[in-house]
Amino acid sequence: VHLHRDILAGTLFVVIGALALLGARGYPVGTAMQMGPGYFPVALSWLLILLGALVGVRAARARDWQPLAWDWRPLAWISISILAFGFLMPRFGLVPALLAMFPLAAAAGRQSRWHEVVLLTLVMSAFAAAVFVYGLKLPYRLVAF
Amino acid sequence: MGVTESLALGFQVALSAQNLAYCFAGVALGTLIGVLPGIGPLSTIGLLFPLTFYLPSVPALIMLAGIYYGAQYGGAITSILLNLPGETSSAVTCLDGYPMARGGRAGAALAISALASFLAGCLGTLLIALAGPPLGEWALAFGSAEYFSLMLMGLVGSAVLTQGDAVKGLAMVVVGLLIGLIGTDVNSGLPRYAFDVPELVDGVGFTVIAVGLFAVAEIATNLERREPQTAYTGALTSIMPNAAELARSFWPALRGTGVGAFFGLLPGTGPALSSFAAYMLEKKIAREPARFGKGAIEGVAAPEAANNAAAQAAFIPTLTLGIPGTAVMTLMLGAMVMQGVTPGPQVVTGNPELFWGIVASMWIGNLMLLVLNLPLVGVWVRLLRIPYRWLFPCVVMFCCIGNYSVNNNPVDVYLCAALGVFGYVLAKLECEPAPLLLGYVLGPLMEEHLRRAMLLSRGDPTVFVTRPISLVFMIATLLVLLFTLRGLDLRIVRRE
Repeated sequence: VHLHRDILAGTLFVVIGALALLGARGYPVGTAMQMGPGYFPVALSWLLILLGALVGVRAARARDWQPLAWDWRPLAWISISILAFGFLMPRFGLVPALLAMFPLAAAAGRQSRWHEVVLLTLVMSAFAAAVFVYGLKLPYRLVAF
Repeated sequence: MGVTESLALGFQVALSAQNLAYCFAGVALGTLIGVLPGIGPLSTIGLLFPLTFYLPSVPALIMLAGIYYGAQYGGAITSILLNLPGETSSAVTCLDGYPMARGGRAGAALAISALASFLAGCLGTLLIALAGPPLGEWALAFGSAEYFSLMLMGLVGSAVLTQGDAVKGLAMVVVGLLIGLIGTDVNSGLPRYAFDVPELVDGVGFTVIAVGLFAVAEIATNLERREPQTAYTGALTSIMPNAAELARSFWPALRGTGVGAFFGLLPGTGPALSSFAAYMLEKKIAREPARFGKGAIEGVAAPEAANNAAAQAAFIPTLTLGIPGTAVMTLMLGAMVMQGVTPGPQVVTGNPELFWGIVASMWIGNLMLLVLNLPLVGVWVRLLRIPYRWLFPCVVMFCCIGNYSVNNNPVDVYLCAALGVFGYVLAKLECEPAPLLLGYVLGPLMEEHLRRAMLLSRGDPTVFVTRPISLVFMIATLLVLLFTLRGLDLRIVRRE
């Protein structure tokens, strides 16, 4: 049993429910017969808070806690590489975006080797240009400054 | 129109050179990506699904069905050779498939899995052709109350019966329903949870959720593992199973098909439950149950037939009722909606080319899987040796380009990164993302039907229990919930 994780999960659900409730403040709730745009969201928010509390309380009562091992490093590099692609793509074109994305993504792997990364970046950028721009004719510029 | 004529129409559509080519491309690409280690069937479909945006609806859905079968078979290959199930439904295949591979019968296990799937596919296609139209006709009588209760049953079923904790599954459904509400409310025109971000007024894109929550989070969890994954890459001596193996697999495959078709029809249960049930059945009636788990061919044939039959049968509620039973079916439903097809009883009568074209192409997809995969199994096995450190940056690339290509808008790419982080947190907390996806797709529909049902009943909630069909769905939902709350364990595939 992994109960420490369920306390976190329960808390996460309660927080999401509370935020959804907060966000739905301004939406007219209406009546059961004439439901406004706020009716369903408010009902769901309360349901989520309830379920989250159930998950959390059930875990807290069992007290058999185990620590969680988080490893944020790979996730951080992957996210940065995706964000870099999104930022560079409309500004500089497909090829520069991929040239930045590949090394940043590869940094997430412990076993990545730099000469392989260089090769992979070049080969896959050429592949993407050929498949997406020439093959599928997506309206992207390869390089734009 | 009789079934024969309808099937003839379907084959006419599916056998056009263009549609055959897309079916072939889908099967080949699906297997290619699905077999790559660390990329499960859901991610495979999510990644390849932007490729079909630019096609008209019939070829797009035919190609998707092909991708689906390919990805599914790719999952069977990794289960047998790597002991690494891509999704829950192939977890059971590992039990005997991997020992068979260790015992030098990898080729036979792969061939039997393809043949059993093909047998199930043929019968499953027939079942869709026979059961789809009557079910669609029956569903024409459904009002909003029936649809709401049916969706409730599907959502509760998917949350409770998949792996993991039932209460957390229910919470995930609610999170998905809430995400589905993001965007403009159809009735009042009020943007909800959009926070003045123009991109959110149209709602969160389907690709963003599918790719971010499944593919990106999957990479992050895979990279955490310290030990590198090693494939069983011993020589594949003979691909064809011998006569004894074929004979031993026939009845299990047939029984598996029956079990699978039964569970597949129930929304929310799907392939995972059926493959496990089929395996247990074979073990129960076997003369030497001790052989199971040590490389019994029946233990490969029955679950593989069952999950293919269940997947096939799951198309019936997806196509005729618009209620997907599994996460993969949710992706298919999302694809249909993006193609401008509203799944529901009207599809069968109003769009027969589409319905029967898909039914026929499923059979053709199964056949292609057989002719493509039996000879090419050596190639797929070689793909297993590609190191993950080369693969995952390429997956990231497909995630980026796929999301960007939907609207040519970088915001979708940023959202995908954010959902990747969310997906990683959920994976760490052992919250299954599949029920969330189902909730996200059904959310807007469910709200719409709830509002309409309550308006028609003048605010009287008893409408859900006074209409007989709706009452049946409500009782079924209640029974599932009661069984779960009483602690009777319906969850059968559990993580260690």
